[in-house]
Amino acid sequence: MDRHRDPLSARAWRAVGYGVPLAFLAFFFVFPLAEIVRRGLGSGGGESPWSVLTDSDTRQVLWFTVWQAVASTALTILVAFPAAYVLGRYEFPGRSAVRALVTVPFVLPTVVVALAFLAILPQGLQRGWAAILIAHAFFNVAVVVRVVGTFWARLDPRVSEAAATLGAGPWRRFREVTLPLLAPALSSAAAIVFLFSFTSFGIVLILGGPAYATLETEIYNQAVRVFDLRAAAVLSLVQLTCVALAVLATTRLEARLAIRGQLRSERDVLRRARTRGEKLVVLASLGGLALFLGLPLAALVERSLAVGGGHNLAAYRALTEPTAALLATPWEAVLNSLVYATGATVIAVVVGGLAAFAIARSSRWSTRLFDGLLMLPLGASAVMLGFGFVITFDRAPVDFRSAPWIVPVAQALVAIPFVVRIVVPTLRAIDERQREAAALLGAPPRRVWREIDLPIALRALAVAAGFAFAISLGEFGATVFLARPDRPTLPVAIFRFLGRPGELNAAEAYALAVVLMVVTAVSVFLVERIRVRRLGWF
Amino acid sequence: MLRVEHSTVRFDGRTALDDVTLDVGDGEVVTVLGPSGSGKTTLLRVIAGLQRPDQGRVVLDGRDLASVPPHRRGIGLVFQDHALFHHRDVAGNVAFGLRMRNEPAAAIGRRVRDMLELVGLSGFEDRSVATLSGGEQQRVALARALAPGPRVLLLDEPLGSLDRRLRDRLLDDLARLFAEVQVTAIYVTHDQAEAFALGDRVAVMRTGRLVQVGTPDAIWAQPADADLAHFLGLRNVRDGSVVRPEAVLVRVGGGDGNGVVLAAIRQGPTVRLVVSLDSGETLEALVTSLEHPEPGDRVSVEIDPAGIVELP
Ligand SMILES: Nc1ncnc2c1ncn2[C@@H]1O[C@H](COP(=O)(O)OP(=O)(O)OP(=O)(O)O)[C@@H](O)[C@H]1O
Ligand SMILES: [Mg+2]
Repeated sequence: MDRHRDPLSARAWRAVGYGVPLAFLAFFFVFPLAEIVRRGLGSGGGESPWSVLTDSDTRQVLWFTVWQAVASTALTILVAFPAAYVLGRYEFPGRSAVRALVTVPFVLPTVVVALAFLAILPQGLQRGWAAILIAHAFFNVAVVVRVVGTFWARLDPRVSEAAATLGAGPWRRFREVTLPLLAPALSSAAAIVFLFSFTSFGIVLILGGPAYATLETEIYNQAVRVFDLRAAAVLSLVQLTCVALAVLATTRLEARLAIRGQLRSERDVLRRARTRGEKLVVLASLGGLALFLGLPLAALVERSLAVGGGHNLAAYRALTEPTAALLATPWEAVLNSLVYATGATVIAVVVGGLAAFAIARSSRWSTRLFDGLLMLPLGASAVMLGFGFVITFDRAPVDFRSAPWIVPVAQALVAIPFVVRIVVPTLRAIDERQREAAALLGAPPRRVWREIDLPIALRALAVAAGFAFAISLGEFGATVFLARPDRPTLPVAIFRFLGRPGELNAAEAYALAVVLMVVTAVSVFLVERIRVRRLGWF
Repeated sequence: MLRVEHSTVRFDGRTALDDVTLDVGDGEVVTVLGPSGSGKTTLLRVIAGLQRPDQGRVVLDGRDLASVPPHRRGIGLVFQDHALFHHRDVAGNVAFGLRMRNEPAAAIGRRVRDMLELVGLSGFEDRSVATLSGGEQQRVALARALAPGPRVLLLDEPLGSLDRRLRDRLLDDLARLFAEVQVTAIYVTHDQAEAFALGDRVAVMRTGRLVQVGTPDAIWAQPADADLAHFLGLRNVRDGSVVRPEAVLVRVGGGDGNGVVLAAIRQGPTVRLVVSLDSGETLEALVTSLEHPEPGDRVSVEIDPAGIVELP
């Protein structure tokens, strides 16, 4: 077709697009996992791998992991749906602020979320499955609100109106028209929530207590407390298998639910609430969500101020002073977090961006496999990753354990799937006719890429960068293994403060959580500002 | 039977529909003719109940529809941009309204086949609507609205994106259908020929207002104002009256004459002459003869008083 294009350079680019992410993944994901498995299964003593699998405790853990994930997903959708509807149908003042604010809980570290719920749940509910489900819903509401709401806002309202002129009442319109059209967005949001709930660590650890173990907490338990490497390895494999199956199932489901049809721009779809009833719906939905999300966060702030019987800023002042809980001052932890998160963001954007371009350009099965592979770190346990790093990279020639870049690398692994998921839909959404038009106007292929693909992708990449930054800021499971004692990150510092007795330590933990919240909120807000074209689903 | 009363719709202070009153009799087809942006779609949306009027009301068979939601009105609408269900195939789209009435599957199947045959899409049942051409989509939209046999059928430029031949065929089909099933319809178009061919009466719209409603003959005989006359192609306006082009008699020779031919344009069987009079005025004339003056010819022009229409 195009004889002027240098075939070698095209091939070289494709090699880079697939090669760099694959190499990164192989070395920093597959290698440590394989090492865990090798050592785990090879270690003598203890039970045989098979007996771990058939153990009734394991079955119970697996059962609880699955049902709490399913129930958390259902609860999250239930809680988020009214707000998604309002965001998808109405224009109102502060709409983008709402979109930014719901994201805050999602990027908060799980430790903070767990803390927030300890602070507000009534005594009887503080620990147990109900607390876990509520916390998961709090944490994941943003996923459903944003993914579904954004998609909803692009569905042509006239399609539903057409159903009305054909005699379909509101409920039938919802069931027969809106729901099927929303299905792709709903299923992908549900898949994300399911995966997060399935592999959730901090929340289950703190709110579940010893009675409620999931695979993830059990891995931590076996590896760190019981020192049964073999059991940890077997459980890791079980979890990875479950996650892989879930990823596979969702990609198939998404392909089946995908509906070709032109989406409209939000501007044409959204309208102001006019009747009393409509205004009431908007207010009630947003108000309910605000209470659900705001209460725990407000409680965090209150706790950070509660020192010595009254409310004051003592905990915040103490943040600049050395403490017995850490080998650094808490403020240094803030600084560490920012530095690490910046590094992780750069890595995630480069690796994830390269992968996204490769994925968007083809729909062959090998590309889909590549795509699925990149999603795995999202589901693999962060604890496993951190632990894998510790036992793998601890001797020459790969003695990186105390290398300053090892923390950002581990954090980037978790952020890469987000970068891919945000950038790919945007690239795929580029109307092929735009490229054709550019070509007909005389742009050679490379130029088409630069003039059309890149400018559109740049905005998506900026959004992805913001997310990667926030996620890295809050990453806990892997970082807790890897951060050197004299260079703690914020979540690690919070965890250390929590582990010590005393009112001031607790208040400092809450104060750091507030700091983390603010830093995260600011970065999310800045991302919102950049988002001119809302093509990705996040 | 259907009556729109003093209906007004404003969008952000701009008036899209301005005090419109329109009566449609049982079995009558009214075409709404107007330029782009004149409020035609808005009028249909008000009737269908998709747009609440700021003032006025819609009455069907003596019943005020204000409190009747769209899905209970029994009014069908062919959307200007189709609004097809992309999650259903062609048959699924056409069957939708029938399913809403819980008709038996066999009856639905038969009706879907009939409708698709009517619009010339037999065999398209299983096609995904996203893969259809623009014209095919439009015909599916038409079949979908017709299938449940609505009390009133609203059509928003339903032949807009069809080619000439298909358009003429469907225009005939529609005319026959309207006559056969005695459907009450409001048909929106910006095409004068379509409006005059299909409408028992024509309602002319401009900037949200109905300027004139009447039979095609009545409108042609007595346009409501100079703008409408111009829109209809009657361009000879002088002293508040319109001179029909066929009433402008042009002769070559016969004295010095009183004007010069500027252009002679053949339009099928007739030729349109543009003549510049010595008085400075420009008139258009229609001649049917094969022989006609050429540009530059001096001619003498007379006006048949019978062809002068006083504007109100
Ligand atoms: N939802 C809306 N919000 C704001 N303005 C609107 C809206 N819908 C229509 N309008 C405006 O109202 C006027 C009438 O629009 P309408 O769609 O009824 O025109 P139309 O006669 O159907 O035009 P066309 O032949 O181009 O379809 C236009 O100026 C349009 O811009
Ligand atoms: Mg219109």
